[in-house]
Amino acid sequence: MKAYIRSSSCISPQKTFRNDAFLTYIVEYNGTRLSAIEPDYKEFIDPKQIRRMSHVIKMGVAAARDCLNKADTEMPGAIITGTALGCLEDTVTFLTRVIELEEEMLPPTAFIQSTHNTVAAQIALMLQCHQYNNTFVHKGISFESAVLDALMLLSEGDADNILVGGIEEMVDASFKILTRLGLYKRWPVSNLSLLSTASSGTMGGEGAVFFLLSDKPSASNMAELTDIQTLYKPKDIAADITTFLGRNSLKINDIDLVIIGKNGDTRNDEVYKRLGESAFKNSSIANYKHLCGEYPTSSAFALWLAANIVKKGVVPTIVAEKGKNNSAPKRILIYNHYQNKYHSLILVSAI
Amino acid sequence: MILDAKSCVSTEKNMSSSVYIAGLGVISAIGNDVAEHLAAFEQEKAGMSDITMLNTIHHGELPVAEVKLSNDELAAITGLPANIGRTALLSAVAAKEALTDADIPNLDSLRTGFVSANSVGGMDKSEDFFIDFLKDNSKGKLRNVFDHECGSMTELVADQLGITDYMTTISTACSSSANAIFYAARLIKNDVLDVVIAGGADALTKFTLNGFNTLMILDKEFCKPFDEHREGLNLGEGAGYLVLVSDKVAATLKKPVYCKLSGYNNSNDAYHQTASSPDGTGSFLAMSGALQKSGLKPADIDYINLHGTGTPNNDSAEGTAIKRIFDPEYPPMSSTKSFTGHTLGASGGIEAVFSALAIKQRIIYPNLRFETRMNELPFEPEKHYLADQDINHVMSNSFGFGGNCTSLIFSRI
Repeated sequence: MKAYIRSSSCISPQKTFRNDAFLTYIVEYNGTRLSAIEPDYKEFIDPKQIRRMSHVIKMGVAAARDCLNKADTEMPGAIITGTALGCLEDTVTFLTRVIELEEEMLPPTAFIQSTHNTVAAQIALMLQCHQYNNTFVHKGISFESAVLDALMLLSEGDADNILVGGIEEMVDASFKILTRLGLYKRWPVSNLSLLSTASSGTMGGEGAVFFLLSDKPSASNMAELTDIQTLYKPKDIAADITTFLGRNSLKINDIDLVIIGKNGDTRNDEVYKRLGESAFKNSSIANYKHLCGEYPTSSAFALWLAANIVKKGVVPTIVAEKGKNNSAPKRILIYNHYQNKYHSLILVSAI
Repeated sequence: MILDAKSCVSTEKNMSSSVYIAGLGVISAIGNDVAEHLAAFEQEKAGMSDITMLNTIHHGELPVAEVKLSNDELAAITGLPANIGRTALLSAVAAKEALTDADIPNLDSLRTGFVSANSVGGMDKSEDFFIDFLKDNSKGKLRNVFDHECGSMTELVADQLGITDYMTTISTACSSSANAIFYAARLIKNDVLDVVIAGGADALTKFTLNGFNTLMILDKEFCKPFDEHREGLNLGEGAGYLVLVSDKVAATLKKPVYCKLSGYNNSNDAYHQTASSPDGTGSFLAMSGALQKSGLKPADIDYINLHGTGTPNNDSAEGTAIKRIFDPEYPPMSSTKSFTGHTLGASGGIEAVFSALAIKQRIIYPNLRFETRMNELPFEPEKHYLADQDINHVMSNSFGFGGNCTSLIFSRI
């Protein structure tokens, strides 16, 4: 099962949205949290609705619309999203009111918009799209599950032009809780030095990244999404990578660039370090989490990066870690894991 | 997509033509397993009562359909710790029953997945956490918020069942677990997995009870689905799972399968975040799409397990869509939510279990408390428990917030 990426749109803590410059100007953050740069939503959403919509709904709807616009497509054949934590802002708002108002005189809006499928639903509502609509909410493979669903729909011939997105919002409450759970560094750092300060914790992030997938070849496609794989607590990831590449008739030496999910946390990065000294020893390596932060659907940002790299034929300096083979990569492997439990492999090829 | 020693690397398509239901498991207010559910249906015994477990001010005012086991009791049954989200505990009971029921030979050698759904994950525990956290952000027991995510519920149960090949979680409000079954079937059809335990679970929480209460769609009496004088829904809790298997696995089973999943469709109403369109566009598309997928005609359907929440809006939209498809010949239909309450993310799984049982046991479930036919509809639901029915094809409807509408069709083989 494979697909072509017709278009992609990315709202992130970097200037990635509607920007032809490809990561040439980098936004620096000092702290332990990267926040998405919000575009002017008026172009994508009715101003009356903007006020009612939470951060993640606005990001999701705008990225989805922009993605469709880029492919000159009005109506997708399906809408599928992946989000581990869903609509946190509305969830926290409603939960806070339930407790503070002691279950009395509660306004319904936050509850209505708190369900995890709200973004996919709002996109459908806005487009009047009656087609297949699904939302995956499984931690670090929420986005990958959505992509697999899309690939199966294409393979079954039941839909074309499938809008697939990975979305996540960070709110103050979740940031504080995840900080207490030890996910982030205990002191402020710069995202530009995040990956070179080996210590415990990373920086939190968020974003909304959408793709339009089709099984139809076209010269205007961005890239081919050749294969995807998720693994739960893999025992031998190097062997799994070899098998994954093998089923695509490839060896690691055939991969021009490996995008990895290094996030600056010593334990998190251990596996990347180990592979860097073994399986990826001769590979060109790129990083991305210093740009978007760590979050469960950050692999969508990595896929956006990979698709743009093969389309534009450049590896932005800011992502390149090492290796000489950084001009016009044709085959990219994305290897990411979330908290050492959920690992994913995505193979992206030039068309 | 799954990669381990069990999967043979092959470029050849090995699509399973059909997906079979080999095992069932269910827990709800009317019983802790399949046998107790069948008895409750036959005795026409509903599960609603006053709130006893949930700590809420709505106690004594809003009836709910609670599972009559405490977290400690559920933990003892499942072997899971009692301090995790109740949704995971309910999920484990039903998923284990389903897997035991299926009794699949050499399960360890098969690519096995767990696709589960829920709507609010470990919210019951997050509610406890937030009471202290809101007073002081450095307070609140982290253990209580650690499994907040919907995915945690699935992971806890998959770990308990020893499933590592594949797991994921779907959340599309009240159609969640119907979509989990639908996705699981396609994982088998696309030769990604051989066996999938699919369905969903949801425990009652203050969050959802108050959420539905703000929408003013909770009936203060026991709900009356599809009745002209219906006043809303009763919330329930529970879990329901099917074990889906490929045709290759089905051939190795020691007992006959229940039925097959012959049709499915997911369509969006695209009308309003919470309300259904008056003509039931989404439900119409889901039901007609599922019929088309199964190759069946409306007249082939022998029973419809309605979404039938008991809210004025849902039953009117669903009824209108049924009229558009089935008029003038209507199959028997009923809302089993008149027994279990609306179990939200679990309802599609629970009602899929009931649909498979309707075929196997040749029964039709009563729609309790129905008195008056809806003005706009030329049909009414079945009022009595019917045995020895000729049932070959059952349609199960699940519609949710966000316009998410899914219909499944189960067929005798």
